[in-house]
Amino acid sequence: MIGFDESLLDDADETVRVRFTINGRKVACEVAPRETLVDCLRNVLELTGTHAGCEMGACGACLVQLDGRAVHACLMFTVQADGARIDTIEGLTESGVIADLQAEFHRRNALQCGFCTPGMLVNAHELLSQVTRPSREDIRDALSGNYCRCTGYEAIVDAIDAVAKARIESGGPT
Amino acid sequence: MKARAFSYFRAATIDQALHAHARAGDDARFIAGGQSLVPALSLRLQAPRLLIDITHIAELRGVRREGAFLRIGALTRHCEMLSEPLIAEFAPLLRAAAPFVAHPAIRNRGTFGGSVAHADPASEFPAMTLALGAEIEIVGPSGSRRVKADDFFVDLFETALQPGELITAVFVPLFKADQRFAFDELARRRGDYALVGCGMLATCTGDRIDDIRISFFSVGNTPTRVKGTEAALIGSSLGAERIAAAQAALEGDLAPPEGDEVPPAMRLHLARVLLGRMLGRLGAGA
Ligand SMILES: Cc1cc2nc3c(=O)[nH]c(=O)nc-3n(C[C@H](O)[C@H](O)[C@H](O)COP(=O)(O)OP(=O)(O)OC[C@H]3O[C@@H](n4cnc5c(N)ncnc54)[C@H](O)[C@@H]3O)c2cc1C
Ligand code: FES
Ligand code: FES
Repeated sequence: MIGFDESLLDDADETVRVRFTINGRKVACEVAPRETLVDCLRNVLELTGTHAGCEMGACGACLVQLDGRAVHACLMFTVQADGARIDTIEGLTESGVIADLQAEFHRRNALQCGFCTPGMLVNAHELLSQVTRPSREDIRDALSGNYCRCTGYEAIVDAIDAVAKARIESGGPT
Repeated sequence: MKARAFSYFRAATIDQALHAHARAGDDARFIAGGQSLVPALSLRLQAPRLLIDITHIAELRGVRREGAFLRIGALTRHCEMLSEPLIAEFAPLLRAAAPFVAHPAIRNRGTFGGSVAHADPASEFPAMTLALGAEIEIVGPSGSRRVKADDFFVDLFETALQPGELITAVFVPLFKADQRFAFDELARRRGDYALVGCGMLATCTGDRIDDIRISFFSVGNTPTRVKGTEAALIGSSLGAERIAAAQAALEGDLAPPEGDEVPPAMRLHLARVLLGRMLGRLGAGA
């Protein structure tokens, strides 16, 4: 029943080996237990599309997909993700699953500085994969944890709304 | 904004988790969804030597019927409270509260057991365990016990949990055909903690209320049952006069604290407005 190695208590800042699948690629890295996933992604793996804003779950800039669901990379330690599948904005971009969202954001000026955009796209992607016909109210609700200091949100809601409708017309979600 | 150094241990069983906690001299924290704990560590409000990850313990998972109760495993995530059919059928008050808990991505990680253990007086689920008359199952070094929600919330972020004890599940009495429920809250923005919120569960014969439990959150140091208000309603049906009497009784039940950004009088006013709306809906059978 033990499974707990007491020597663990003496080396709190010792790095541990973590393995996960990031954007389809198997990765192993050495991290201190206290390192958050957003820091690991940006500083160790140089995936800087995931942004660090408030680092306390309030702004939504750090959203990534963990085993297919949107989560805040600032609200978990890298060690917790050992064995998980993580998809960042880079992976979602390369695979093309959010290409229509990105094009519509671009077309409607749904971004200015772009700081919030990766988080907005991850959340929009999650919403559209769960609700095929979201109302504008649903969209606003889904984005309630994402701050944008530039656009005033209207263009972002428009873009997501337009993509939801386009996906229905083209025969369901891609 | 970075946590102090700690060691990390992923427990596979309850025994392993309890053992590790004891070995760390209780200078340890269990981590479930981490949606309250990680910010607290990042802000260094807490700085344990050891973090024990309980999310891989199978015994803490799952929702199922057990006799007259629905057993909700501690690791049930907020998003599952929304999607799990057994919750919708047998604990509809929890299903009604779930969309108000934080934002979608936080609901993907945060757990029901973590919310109850954390006992934030502004949180929806702890207050709903009171309205439901739920029981909290706790396991610790000296065995397992069940504590009534009425006895669980002690003071600000303080519960019946002793250091090193885990919540394994919450037992909710099954929702019955002669019961009605209501949930609502007033917040500045969707997903924000409420200025004031309330959940209620009534047992009725026709329109007459035989029994009712009403619980408020964001009104003091703990989620708060309003027993005087409940008493004002039992035995009658919900006409305008009864509702007004219940609203008046609320003043004796609630004492929102001073020194807050929301003045006590305003919180009490909002609570009265919310109660009136919800009783109106309950009376209409909605
Ligand atoms: C931006 C933001 C907004 C939020 N808004 C809301 C909101 O509107 N309403 C709301 O209710 N919550 C809100 N939350 C908090 C969220 O719901 C948390 O998920 C929840 O409070 C804690 O659950 P957790 O599983 O994440 O617990 P953790 O953060 O992992 O743990 C919290 C505490 O509980 C203890 N604990 C966890 N599980 C157990 C267990 N099984 N047994 C014993 N102890 C345990 C931990 O040791 C820790 O002390 C918000 C959080 C954020 C970051
Ligand atoms: S950086 Fe994670 S929510 Fe702001
Ligand atoms: S585009 Fe600048 S924060 Fe949203």
